[in-house]
Amino acid sequence: MTASVITASSLALGHVVYLRQEGECCRWLSDIQAATLFGDNDLEAAMVSAAAAVAANEIVDPYAIAVDVRGGRIEPLSLRERIRAHGPTVAGDSAPAPRSAA
Amino acid sequence: MYRYDEFDHRLLSQRIGQFRDQVARRLSGQLDEDAFRPLRLRNGVYLQLNAYMLRVNIPYGLLSSRQLRRLADIAERYDRGYGHFSTRQNIQFNWPRLVDIPDMLAELAEVEMHAMQSSGNCIRNITADHLAGIAADEVADPRPYCEIIRQWSTLHPEFSFLPRKFKIAVSGAARDRAAVHVHDIGIRIRRNEAGEIGFHILVGGGLGRTPVIGKTLREFLPEADLLSYLEAVLRVYNRYGRRDNKYKARIKILVNDLGIGAFAALVEEEWQRLRHSALRLGPADIERMKAHFPRPDYLPPVNDTSEYEALRRDDPAFDRWAENAVFSHRQPGYGIVMVSLKRSGRPTGDMRADEMRALARLAEEYGFGEIRVTHRQNLVLPDVPLHRLPSLWRELTALDLAMPNHGLLSDIIACPGMDYCALATARSIPVAQAIAERFDDLDYLHDIGDLSLNISGCINSCAHHNVANIGILGVDKRGQEVYQITLGGSSGDDAAIGKRIGPALPAEDVPAAIEGIVEAFLAEREGDERFIDTYRRVGDQPFKERVYA
Repeated sequence: MTASVITASSLALGHVVYLRQEGECCRWLSDIQAATLFGDNDLEAAMVSAAAAVAANEIVDPYAIAVDVRGGRIEPLSLRERIRAHGPTVAGDSAPAPRSAA
Repeated sequence: MYRYDEFDHRLLSQRIGQFRDQVARRLSGQLDEDAFRPLRLRNGVYLQLNAYMLRVNIPYGLLSSRQLRRLADIAERYDRGYGHFSTRQNIQFNWPRLVDIPDMLAELAEVEMHAMQSSGNCIRNITADHLAGIAADEVADPRPYCEIIRQWSTLHPEFSFLPRKFKIAVSGAARDRAAVHVHDIGIRIRRNEAGEIGFHILVGGGLGRTPVIGKTLREFLPEADLLSYLEAVLRVYNRYGRRDNKYKARIKILVNDLGIGAFAALVEEEWQRLRHSALRLGPADIERMKAHFPRPDYLPPVNDTSEYEALRRDDPAFDRWAENAVFSHRQPGYGIVMVSLKRSGRPTGDMRADEMRALARLAEEYGFGEIRVTHRQNLVLPDVPLHRLPSLWRELTALDLAMPNHGLLSDIIACPGMDYCALATARSIPVAQAIAERFDDLDYLHDIGDLSLNISGCINSCAHHNVANIGILGVDKRGQEVYQITLGGSSGDDAAIGKRIGPALPAEDVPAAIEGIVEAFLAEREGDERFIDTYRRVGDQPFKERVYA
């Protein structure tokens, strides 16, 4: 199944974050697996929530990305977003540990 | 090296105070992102794919051991324990938190380093030949002139909002090692028939989506006129450069549109107004700056080189390193040691904090506490007594810093690519790693000989792929990374833009394609010919046939 999640960068830290919507409450989490899935009809409202987080100086540059959901796991469709979700793909000891399981 | 005076320290301190305040206002919401973005960029802070990135200038590639230790401290305290040396003699930290960056800048300022003008539409870090002051083929040391240009261009009020970024490189040697032909302004130091110092000024070079080799603007500019002439060039660019289209805004486009003759006439007209202004350099100005770059207290050559001779005879690994990584020094009894950051399984140009500290120690124990940074993402220990090379080699080997691949195929320049960069359309480093893995046989690499291979992850060409003998450009094609290959580029005295040889290839096919190109070269090669010479002699057909067979 394909759906969308909302991603952004945290303002203070710069890290990649994803929107998790819990009722009226919005949280911005670094693990894409915790993100809320949105259908086409929900995206507009989700972006309103994101705009509120921008106004509250919590995040920067929010946008929706397409994801695939298989076996309960959320995986971005584009390589760029997979790198943002899991970290750089470079090998070697200066490569950072992934933020979530690939 | 140049030491900051009271004015420099005060300027930097005030600047950091301003930025600290700007960050606080951003975090509190008094500044929105549109207002804050140009402010952070002026201080070298990008928001990249995964995190903020701080780019720190290393002016003309010169680092002290104290500065390298501080970079190590910063990497550990505020980042993930490593730094990435870029292709413009900068170091980048890929994971800082915005809230920490003012403290990082304050710690950098303590060792006379900063990140101002490492981004934005201004005059960027002044780069130079990494062998400045030590090369055997040097006409004159470029460092004093680089420092004069650095001071003139730092926070220059007239040139803080140029149409686009502006890069200047300086070479003082017979052989160009600073890629002066592909900079907005390239400067080569020359002597005229009377033995006077002057400058050959090139303008309008650059890479990116419109790669251009710089054109001669003036064959010989007298030493005293350096700043007034640069000011005239920048004024003409600032006035006539395009601001309506960022892809047409670099000076190379203006020079091309006007023609070099008309551009030169505008510069000349402007220069006549400036030539006798306060920008004119007097002998005392130049001597004062030269005094910051004295020749170190070199010791007389040690006659007993028996250990060095024996090791070269008996240890092929040392012999290969001495042949490849040690360069002639202008001072008898000394050598220049290249330290490769192109190591098996390691990201190109990356260096861990513990390695930085170790190299700082070696710079002190085997030299005068100085390290150079090259635009090919390697480091240099500039003043090593020849009789101490065996001992240094053992230490570098233990640190995995003695890879003898300088100028060889695995000495790959790679931009951060889509693993880090928000602009990139494809990855660079993993492809570089796959190629290096394919060519990990040092005997084979040395048989191939001089060959530059550069990989950029987008058309902006940060890895200078257009001027590599083998250039690789990663692009996005309907959501897939594919790689275009160019051949025949060169960044030196015979500067040339590479030519694309055919359709782009998927990442997994790139190492085999490079292997085919090398096989074609070896089949066509005459004698000890370099790759570029064979390519120029036979054209691209034999290479195409191998790649697209």
